[in-house]
Amino acid sequence: MEKHNLHLRVNGQRYDVAAPPNRLLLDLLRDDLRLTGSKRGCDDSSCGCCTVLAGGAPMLSCVMLAASYQDVEITTIEGVAEGDRLHPLQEGFCVEGGAQCGYCTPGIIMVAKALLEQNPNPTRRQIADALSGNLCRCTGYTQIYASIEHAIKKLQAEPAEPVGRGD
Amino acid sequence: MASFSIIGKRLPMVDAPDKVTGRALYADDLALPGMLVGKILHSPHPHARLRSIDTSRAARVPGVVAVVTGREFPNQYGILPIGHDETAFAVDKVRYIGDNVAGVAAETEEAARQALELIEVDYEPLPAWFDPEETMKAEANWIHEDKPRNIEKEYHHRFGDVEQGLAEADRVVSERFVCGEVTHAAMEPHSTLASYNPEDDRLTVWSSTQVPYYLHLTLANILNLPHEKIRVIKPLVGGGFGGKSEVIPIEVEAACLSYKARRPVKITYTREEVFYAHRGRPVQIVELTIGARRDGRLTAVKARVVQDGGAYCGYGPVTILYSGALLGAMYDIRNVQFDGYRVLTNKPACGAMRGHGTVNTRFAFESLLDHVATELKIDPAEIRLRNQLQPPCITVNQLRVTSYGYPECIRQVVEKSGWREKRGKLPFGKGVGIAGSHYVSGAANSIIRGEGPHSTVKLRVEPDATVVLLTGASEIGQGSDTIQVQLVAEELGVPVERIKLIAADTERTPIDLGSYSSRVTFMAGNACLAAARNLKKKIFEAVAPLWDIAPEELDARGGRITARNGAGKSMSFAEAVAAARKQFGELEAEGGYAPPAEARGGKFKGAGVGPSPAYSYSAQVAEVTVDTETGQVTVERITVAHDCGRALNPMTVEGQVEGSVWMGLGQAVQEEMIWNKGRLMNPSMLEYKVASTLESPEIDPILVESIDPEGPLGAKEAGEGSLAAAIPAVANAIYDAVGVRITSTPITPEKILRALREQEKQRAKGNGGAR
Repeated sequence: MEKHNLHLRVNGQRYDVAAPPNRLLLDLLRDDLRLTGSKRGCDDSSCGCCTVLAGGAPMLSCVMLAASYQDVEITTIEGVAEGDRLHPLQEGFCVEGGAQCGYCTPGIIMVAKALLEQNPNPTRRQIADALSGNLCRCTGYTQIYASIEHAIKKLQAEPAEPVGRGD
Repeated sequence: MASFSIIGKRLPMVDAPDKVTGRALYADDLALPGMLVGKILHSPHPHARLRSIDTSRAARVPGVVAVVTGREFPNQYGILPIGHDETAFAVDKVRYIGDNVAGVAAETEEAARQALELIEVDYEPLPAWFDPEETMKAEANWIHEDKPRNIEKEYHHRFGDVEQGLAEADRVVSERFVCGEVTHAAMEPHSTLASYNPEDDRLTVWSSTQVPYYLHLTLANILNLPHEKIRVIKPLVGGGFGGKSEVIPIEVEAACLSYKARRPVKITYTREEVFYAHRGRPVQIVELTIGARRDGRLTAVKARVVQDGGAYCGYGPVTILYSGALLGAMYDIRNVQFDGYRVLTNKPACGAMRGHGTVNTRFAFESLLDHVATELKIDPAEIRLRNQLQPPCITVNQLRVTSYGYPECIRQVVEKSGWREKRGKLPFGKGVGIAGSHYVSGAANSIIRGEGPHSTVKLRVEPDATVVLLTGASEIGQGSDTIQVQLVAEELGVPVERIKLIAADTERTPIDLGSYSSRVTFMAGNACLAAARNLKKKIFEAVAPLWDIAPEELDARGGRITARNGAGKSMSFAEAVAAARKQFGELEAEGGYAPPAEARGGKFKGAGVGPSPAYSYSAQVAEVTVDTETGQVTVERITVAHDCGRALNPMTVEGQVEGSVWMGLGQAVQEEMIWNKGRLMNPSMLEYKVASTLESPEIDPILVESIDPEGPLGAKEAGEGSLAAAIPAVANAIYDAVGVRITSTPITPEKILRALREQEKQRAKGNGGAR
């Protein structure tokens, strides 16, 4: 198929990529941009491993045409930390064991990030509802809840980053 | 009591930062210059002779670089030395829908797919076998000509005198259990990148494997390459659960394609291909009889087990042996009879899945034990305590039990779940059930029999005092890299940050047999401790003369080497390393672990499977709600206690226990591979119902530390032993809730409704049906 120039914004960066119009966003991220943090776990949008944020909303990049998202800010797991500083969610998944094999982790963190931006203090039931499209085969989900709850506490303790903080 | 600074702490996994930032690389994340895409042509027939294959049109598709068929690489392989019955691609027959017929390597996926469609195969369909009991009666058209009546293996074990035992029983109960087939469904689909370099005739393979060492051996065999020409590297693995614990077809196929194409080739399975690659837990029929005296003491157990192994051997003989061997190692039962049949059918091969071989028999046994307890009016928790082993002991089937936290597990779950207040006392539709299970901490006998260590670890100290830990052990998400780092750091008295781990690279790291049978913490862990002790000895030998004391008077703690009673003599670990390097030059040490002879079991046929240096134990209480209108079972809560010897890292141990219980619950109430004449009806994550957050109950883990005398700092396995008990705990809770016993898995609403209707009929006839 003929390639077209696609213009994407991913993690705050502009990318110009020559790709066919049927290129899936997940393939473009993984193969063209070499952003391999988003994973393919199924072929029918049932596992959630490929979740990215499109304009802040969690979406499955395995069923999105890259060409349709040229005007939308895409955030992948690679864009969650600020430099070397882990996002509280990422820290939570480290210290509470929410990542075992780690394969579902990027997708789950993206969903949790979107959830906490909408609702900074969700109940466990609300977290479960938000994550119901993300399968994890390792944890049984208990430590995933604990990981997210770690982030909730941390974000509430220091809600917003002061602008211009240098460390 | 020993005091530790790193062991017993809830430390993050060493690879967690990579996993949460997307930096972590799994096999499919890797790419090499000039890399080709590999695709496999699978058989559409369950059983057929291959008359001919014509690949000429496929080879002419633009972009296609290599097409490979079976005759080009005909050497047979299989994980067991007695089961070499697979080839890279089918040579004369296909034996299941999905069997491997040909492979294509092409510049693009589109070209590879197009080429697959142009391969012309002339099949001669043969009668196929799908039912495990029917296949054993086959007079002709055997799946493998050298396996008459499609029986892969059968074993007949007699310990004590079962007939005598049953005669002494006051109650004898029998039941036929049928367990559905389940599969690992790890989130990461299998992926292999193979790179054959014709310039130096070397093959490098990155693969999603639990067993890089066995993969290395297999590749040497298939490609007729010397051992030293091959390098297998295991990148991060996105979950295994046994599904990557033997060589999977694409691992050899990618290598064959790369060898022929003279370029790197990557093959990643689609999710449908993952389901057909399978190697999961087989359909199992268990006909079980147990006898008990009035006081609840078990007098005998008799089991006939048939496993539907699919079309190839795989781990089959081990799976069927486990189903019998671990029947005897949990309770004190002196009379045991086991008749096990591993049979072949025209379905994908089964293999090892978490709880390997033990799970379905345990479901049957713990269900029947609940039944007999109810009949004898003994509390089901109590009947388990009355039949406990008295370790240290050797069971009738020659398994040595050294530590046994099972009674404590029972006491703790009874206490924490509110068992006494709930059992038999909840309103109709709600109930609790108890069950136990156990598992090996690694097999005492390796797959390829030998006397060598099962795991070897090397430590090398860099000039900057970084300790490089070289281990062949395979991290698959269970946290084994972390445990090894913790053990070495603890022993050397340095922070975990000082340890740099290099793992699972057959060119750089010493041999470890792999991640299966819950062996890594115990075996690689003991090897780590041995290596660290050897290293510490060298360091002490270099430091002691400086202070004019004996090496035995030194301690390594808090990042320092300190004289125990020596008036404040102390130096940093880095200074001590510098002193040792001055004396020894390169500062290196090695340690290994082989299970002791006493742990290796008996001498009878099949005695090799079951023996382990130590066994974990688990007890669980399930609390369920049964909707009697719809038959829906909701598992509300599981309280689980797991005897892990010592919790080296309580956070990761709890993670393993929770994950095991949860996977058991999947098999208990919702997971099943549904077959129709060899075709899988639900080969996707949408249809094969892995539980989402919405179907997953609260799991409350308790760790029991029995401190095993031979485990690394007392530790035993944690990743499998808690799976099996989840299933009978739920089944027994359903009985407590509504008074019906379900004897097959998964326990679907249909089965519950059928049983409730039957119960009503019986009641109407006046046959009671008392709870």
